Amino acid sequence: MVNLIWVMMAVIGIVFAAANGTMDEVNKAVFESAKEAVTISIGMISILVFWLGLMAIAERAGLLDKAARLFMPLVRRLFPEVPPGHPALGYIVSNMVANMFGLGNAATPMGIKAMEQLKKLNGGRDEASRSMVTFLAINTSSITLIPATVISIRMTYGSASPGEIIGTTVIASTISTIGAVLIDRYYYWKRMRKGRKP
Amino acid sequence: MAIVQLLSVWLIPALIVFILLYGTAKKVPTYEAFVEGGKEGIEIAFSLIPYLVGMLVSVSIFRASGALDAMMEVIKPLADAIGLPAEVVPLAALRTLSGTAALGMTTDLIATYGPDSFIGRLASTIQGSTETTLYVLTVYFGAVGVKKMGDALKVGILADILSFIVSVFIVLFVFGR
Repeated sequence: MVNLIWVMMAVIGIVFAAANGTMDEVNKAVFESAKEAVTISIGMISILVFWLGLMAIAERAGLLDKAARLFMPLVRRLFPEVPPGHPALGYIVSNMVANMFGLGNAATPMGIKAMEQLKKLNGGRDEASRSMVTFLAINTSSITLIPATVISIRMTYGSASPGEIIGTTVIASTISTIGAVLIDRYYYWKRMRKGRKP
Repeated sequence: MAIVQLLSVWLIPALIVFILLYGTAKKVPTYEAFVEGGKEGIEIAFSLIPYLVGMLVSVSIFRASGALDAMMEVIKPLADAIGLPAEVVPLAALRTLSGTAALGMTTDLIATYGPDSFIGRLASTIQGSTETTLYVLTVYFGAVGVKKMGDALKVGILADILSFIVSVFIVLFVFGR
């Protein structure tokens, strides 16, 4: 599906540009976005190094284990394939907590560490495991407590109450996260059923 | 509001102090552990480059050619037909594909309709309550070298659609039209 979407976006875009005379813009966009992607990746080094360094201290001090144990009943139900006490759980919990507080900077490195551990659990294969799909379902619809960027935009445009959308955002993201987990479970169930058929 | 701002300023420094003190109390060689852990970050960032280049180039071709705008024009009347606010539906579609484009559109909607209008509040809620699914998948799978995403994209897109519908209902329920 990724392959298809990836190819379709590029091909449709170029065909559309040919028909509408926007090929100049497309040429520019190709090189600018490639450059932007490298800039983003390299720019992530500072954040990754800092948070992964700090997380290494937290891990060796046993903080991640503690965090994982705190949320154990919930996390074990969400990730039944991860054995209890596995380091992946600590990273998953820290990623979720960081996301909740809108600390995207901190959440990404922890999430990547969680994915690394989940890949190890999956025998190092280059395909997504059940736990990875669940983890990313939660991440793409992550529960947000403080939508800081939106609040600042609202302030800029003179909102009478910039923070009034916090409530609706929290409810919407909570319901959609629960929905994402249910959708994830549905597809897992479908995969299992398919697996049993010859 | 003041509390929220205070919290977001103090949270990270507090976390840093907490981890450093806790590590020291547990006799972790803090500086050495930090350097060791940090090294991994460099490798991860570099291995991410091809994934991100591939995805961003494809999205930007789609955008720059005008195909994305054309798609929005098709979506609008469809949204109107089922009673969804036509101004905001394109944002929901965009939110899945491109974070910067969505942020631009949210800003535009808030500027045009006002932050305290129905559209403004709905756009704010949508922008704040979901992540850019395609970007999140690219970064997380890319960083660890997983190429076959399985059902992850399907699940992510369906969750985004659900999130949009929920946002419409919540904003209607809390603020009215």
